[in-house]
Amino acid sequence: MNVQGWLLILLFTALVAALARPMGAWLFALYAGRRTPLHPVLGPLERLLYTAGGIDPAREQSWRGYAVAMLMFNLAGILLLYALLRLQDVLPLNPQGFDAVPGHLAFATAISFVTNTNWQSYGGETTMSHLVQMLGFTVQNFLSAATGIALAFALVRGFARREATGIGNYWADLTRITLYLLLPASLAYAIFLMASGVPQTLAGSVTATTVEGASQTIALGPVASQLAIKMFGTNGGGFFNANSAHPFENPTDLVNFVQMLSIFATGAGLTWMFGKAVGNTRQGWAILAAMLVLFIAGTTVTYRAEAAGNPIHQALGVDAADGNMEGKETRFGIAASALFAVVTTAASCGAVNAMHGSFTPIGGMIPLLNMQLGEIIIGGVGAGLYGILLFAILAVFVAGLMVGRSPEYVGKKIEAREVKLAVLAITILPLMILGCTAIASVTGAGLAGPLAKGPHGFSEILYAFTSAVANNGSAFAGLTANTRFYDALLGVAMFAGRFFVILPMLAIAGSLAAKRFTPPSAGSFPTTGPLWVAMLVGLILILGGLTFLPALALGPGAGQAAMISGQLY
Amino acid sequence: MGSELRSALRPALALLLLFTLLLGLGYPLLTLAIGQALFPRQANGSLIRDGERLVGSELVGQAFTSPAYFHPRPSAAGQGYDAAASSGSNLGPTSRALADRIRADVAAQRSAGVRGAVPADLVTASGSGLDPDVSPAAALAQVPRVAAARGLPEALLRAMVERSVRQPTLGLLGAPRVNILLLNRQLDGVTAQSPR
Repeated sequence: MNVQGWLLILLFTALVAALARPMGAWLFALYAGRRTPLHPVLGPLERLLYTAGGIDPAREQSWRGYAVAMLMFNLAGILLLYALLRLQDVLPLNPQGFDAVPGHLAFATAISFVTNTNWQSYGGETTMSHLVQMLGFTVQNFLSAATGIALAFALVRGFARREATGIGNYWADLTRITLYLLLPASLAYAIFLMASGVPQTLAGSVTATTVEGASQTIALGPVASQLAIKMFGTNGGGFFNANSAHPFENPTDLVNFVQMLSIFATGAGLTWMFGKAVGNTRQGWAILAAMLVLFIAGTTVTYRAEAAGNPIHQALGVDAADGNMEGKETRFGIAASALFAVVTTAASCGAVNAMHGSFTPIGGMIPLLNMQLGEIIIGGVGAGLYGILLFAILAVFVAGLMVGRSPEYVGKKIEAREVKLAVLAITILPLMILGCTAIASVTGAGLAGPLAKGPHGFSEILYAFTSAVANNGSAFAGLTANTRFYDALLGVAMFAGRFFVILPMLAIAGSLAAKRFTPPSAGSFPTTGPLWVAMLVGLILILGGLTFLPALALGPGAGQAAMISGQLY
Repeated sequence: MGSELRSALRPALALLLLFTLLLGLGYPLLTLAIGQALFPRQANGSLIRDGERLVGSELVGQAFTSPAYFHPRPSAAGQGYDAAASSGSNLGPTSRALADRIRADVAAQRSAGVRGAVPADLVTASGSGLDPDVSPAAALAQVPRVAAARGLPEALLRAMVERSVRQPTLGLLGAPRVNILLLNRQLDGVTAQSPR
């Protein structure tokens, strides 16, 4: 550990907090359907899309209508992406001549990109054609991100509206978010990336003769356009196998820093937008504060663990002052690698600039825990906000029980229906993660997956299903996941982890929208001050932490004990 | 429900089709045009050429095995620095295979004359397997070997390494590093000029 490392973490956190308001103001304009400075340019395109789809953007949808539209669009997206993958050998823009993607891999990959997970059981530069990367992955990177933000809009409308039947129009939300936020931001971002060294070409690869005279084939492609939305939309699916550790996908420490900021930018902005929408920006700041408390705590643990390094390797002669460099890039070093790992799992990004599976057990436990808490520390675009608002509903319920009054949150009474639905949504996570991990841990097909033996092998399995259900996409990549068993089970896990949380969440939005406004009274639990932040953080840690503590003890816990005692597997 | 399904069909298909064209073709191709016009060197992979010969990419590490060159980190990409198959080792902290590999690499460094604690990056594989850099300590540790192999004074090489160190942006966004390919090309240039 060093001063620069801590300063990096401080600077990053401060910039995230500083981004919340400007990003939030832009998001609020889209949320409220207001004009932006981009409307004169992109307005005609927006109207063209509405005309083609027969869409009346002013028509309000009930929560059911919103859910049906969202599901229909996402299912169509899965089918289209599946078809592209299966047919890539006969489609154009396949300079490397890759074969069609096998059925089980196409199934997992199609669900993976549509659910904003971007779990990859394959290596990009050895499997996927440029056409699939552009027409398939890049498109779903946009649309899954826009869907997440739209869903957050819908829930916020539930809180903000009074005695209303509608929670917005999915088609209008989707279109506006894509056109006025994701597309222009990604284009500007991609230009910065190209200037910094990220390739953007339709060439497949070039072959060099190295200084020592060997032949080196260097894979290239349209990387910059995909990378921009991969980060900004918290998707995380790499163009290359090594993801943002690859020098073409993350060439400098400045690009690395901007990548981390771009993962958090929209999620932080949504908290401010929430406060603005419910008429008190302090409500949004309180949510952001709870997130940042958890974020700084996690970053501290991972940075310390990685900087301390691996005593087994140090006993072999490795410089203890250098920390654990296995799986990390020199240009980033320990601090920026540890920070990236926490950021990418706190949000549901899943891009990696270092290999999490080679982290020390405790260093790798925080990414695991971040996902298991539901990715509500900033979180995936949209998903982070609606995720933490589900916890907020439970927190005011618990607080209400303590003071003996009917709980309220931002002017809405929280009643049995909302609490039941919130519990239902939150329960999906442990149910699917622990259920799937248990299945894989006792079946032959499951046990064939891990590269590591001993506790770290279990961690590889646990990490895979945690990442899938939480829609993260990062991995302890020793696991061989491109098998029928893992592709199928991970595909189901990703689908359930996305949509089975969304449906109860939308039902809550509908139920809240219909309620009257309840002005705060002397008996209301204040949801803006430090007491509330502590209450929310405590509830998240108790609920999430206790659920997963046994599994974490078996994996990273036992792994840490093994590492300290010098036990190898 | 039935009517909601029916009414969602047309917008779903129309938006999916049009967004696929806009975001899957329009956006990447516009980016491509801008990149090829404004930053052709970077957009094509920051390639280094000696006349007709393509030597590699400034950003992508390559294997060096001769004692007369500075060596990069161990690589798990393919057979080592395979830039068509990037990968880390993905070996975990309690992996016997990893400990054995590090033991062997430390021994190799010792026999090449490295004393004291071995810089970690010299014996650990990077995340990409294509790391173009090593730490300044890892480059300096190799100076005696390279100097002996080339018959050049160590002070000259040390100065060359120190000039090649790239400091982190703002002093804190990353870590100090030395690009091995660029350093070795510079080394070949110096050797060509000095009397053998």
